[in-house]
Amino acid sequence: MTPDKALLMIATVARLLEGKGHVAVGASSPIPAAGALLAARLAGGSMRVSILGSERHTSFTDGGRELFDCAAQGRINAFFFSGVQIDAEAAINLLGLSPSGVAEGSPVMGKRFIGNFGAPYLASLVPDLILFRTDHNPKTLVEKVDFVTAPGRDGRWLLTDRCLMRRENGRFRLVSLHPGETPGELVAATGFHFDMPDEPKITPFPGDETCELVRGAVAEEIGAIYPRFASQFLTPG
Amino acid sequence: MSPSPSPHGAEALAARIDDGALIALAPDYSGCALAVVRELIRRGARGLRLVGCPQLGLQAELLVAGGCVEEVETAAFGLGELGRAPAFDRALRSGGIRIREATCPAIHAGLQAAEKGVTFLPLAGVIGSDLISFRPDWKVQDDPFSGRPVLLVPAIRPDITLFHAPLADEDGNVWIGIRRELMLMAHAARRTLASVETRRGGSLLTDEALAAGTLPALYVERVETIEGGASPGALFGRYPADGEWIAAYAEAARSGGADLTKFLDRWLAEP
Repeated sequence: MTPDKALLMIATVARLLEGKGHVAVGASSPIPAAGALLAARLAGGSMRVSILGSERHTSFTDGGRELFDCAAQGRINAFFFSGVQIDAEAAINLLGLSPSGVAEGSPVMGKRFIGNFGAPYLASLVPDLILFRTDHNPKTLVEKVDFVTAPGRDGRWLLTDRCLMRRENGRFRLVSLHPGETPGELVAATGFHFDMPDEPKITPFPGDETCELVRGAVAEEIGAIYPRFASQFLTPG
Repeated sequence: MSPSPSPHGAEALAARIDDGALIALAPDYSGCALAVVRELIRRGARGLRLVGCPQLGLQAELLVAGGCVEEVETAAFGLGELGRAPAFDRALRSGGIRIREATCPAIHAGLQAAEKGVTFLPLAGVIGSDLISFRPDWKVQDDPFSGRPVLLVPAIRPDITLFHAPLADEDGNVWIGIRRELMLMAHAARRTLASVETRRGGSLLTDEALAAGTLPALYVERVETIEGGASPGALFGRYPADGEWIAAYAEAARSGGADLTKFLDRWLAEP
């Protein structure tokens, strides 16, 4: 990841969120959080953003459960997930790699990551999901996930450091390639089959004004939640 | 200095937590009683079972590093931006610890069931996740009203809820502000122990503005004043986490062995 790539992904997230009423962002999601804050600024007050871990950007006053209750009631329009793996079905795996069974009620994973968080629940209750990965390669984008944290469905976006895809009719289809990527490289870097248009579009790089907004007001707000990310990727320059 | 006849502060709270207890712990962004955690490690507590409400972070990682933990139930276990929790990862790989994998709302629902005094609650979503196959204690049944399958999760009734908060009053009411997961945890647990930054006179319950964010003493067994009681973690609205300390811990924990022991010993030796 480079600062330019982070900018491109943040601006793309903001584009995908246009017109959403309430966008929520979970843990460990600096790019979605920045994209949502940018989208809210561009929407001029018609979008609400709730970021887990932020004291300023929250709509919740009833503890950790409220986000989940809100989702089950349909009060959250869009949410984000990354994952150890994302597959051809748009299923996600947040838990780990190579499960080999269950011991005393515990899954035995060859390699375990942080955990499933709220994904098994939110993925089926929030209508618009944006899946994101900052390292698009055949190990992260696989034919079939090792563990289904949440099953896939149509309408999901997949945003990576190489491209934007959307799942329709049971398959991912390339929406746009990021600048500098080629169709051949993308196919080689993706562990599942997807549909490619004859002449793929290029993901538009944000204009100067948007870049300034991200490096200025958005970076300041993100710095309060993700200080390391903000200083590494969003410093003016 | 001669030892005081009855323990106070962190020692007094830790003394009320038995080995083997099921303890509800808050996430890092809420109120974590790190001073009491340190006391549990000093004491050599063993066999603790932790419930992340809904996830576990620094305090649980330190308890695992100190050899105090036998089992965890949690939706996630990590050190925020620093990623995976090294001591927990190592203990899991070596079989020194068991994990009951969960998802945030299932833990909230389990605590809510305990809060209501019922044995389970139904929960939307989750069906279709492999997680269900890892939880033989969760049931999928037909909803008697809609006829569709629904997940039922059993009540979670912790022996102890332990947290740190900014303020309590002389009656033992504890102000938690909007960190209402602490309220839920206290309602669900048999006993609640809290450390606070400061105590004030009078009753928080007679102040309309503060009463809404106050956990009544009814639920609280004991409150101890420990200034900086969440440090080196953060306390909401009061102070940030000591990022350098946590990064240094993570480095020592990743190398493990003597490095980790040395780091922990130095921390435990601090007053």
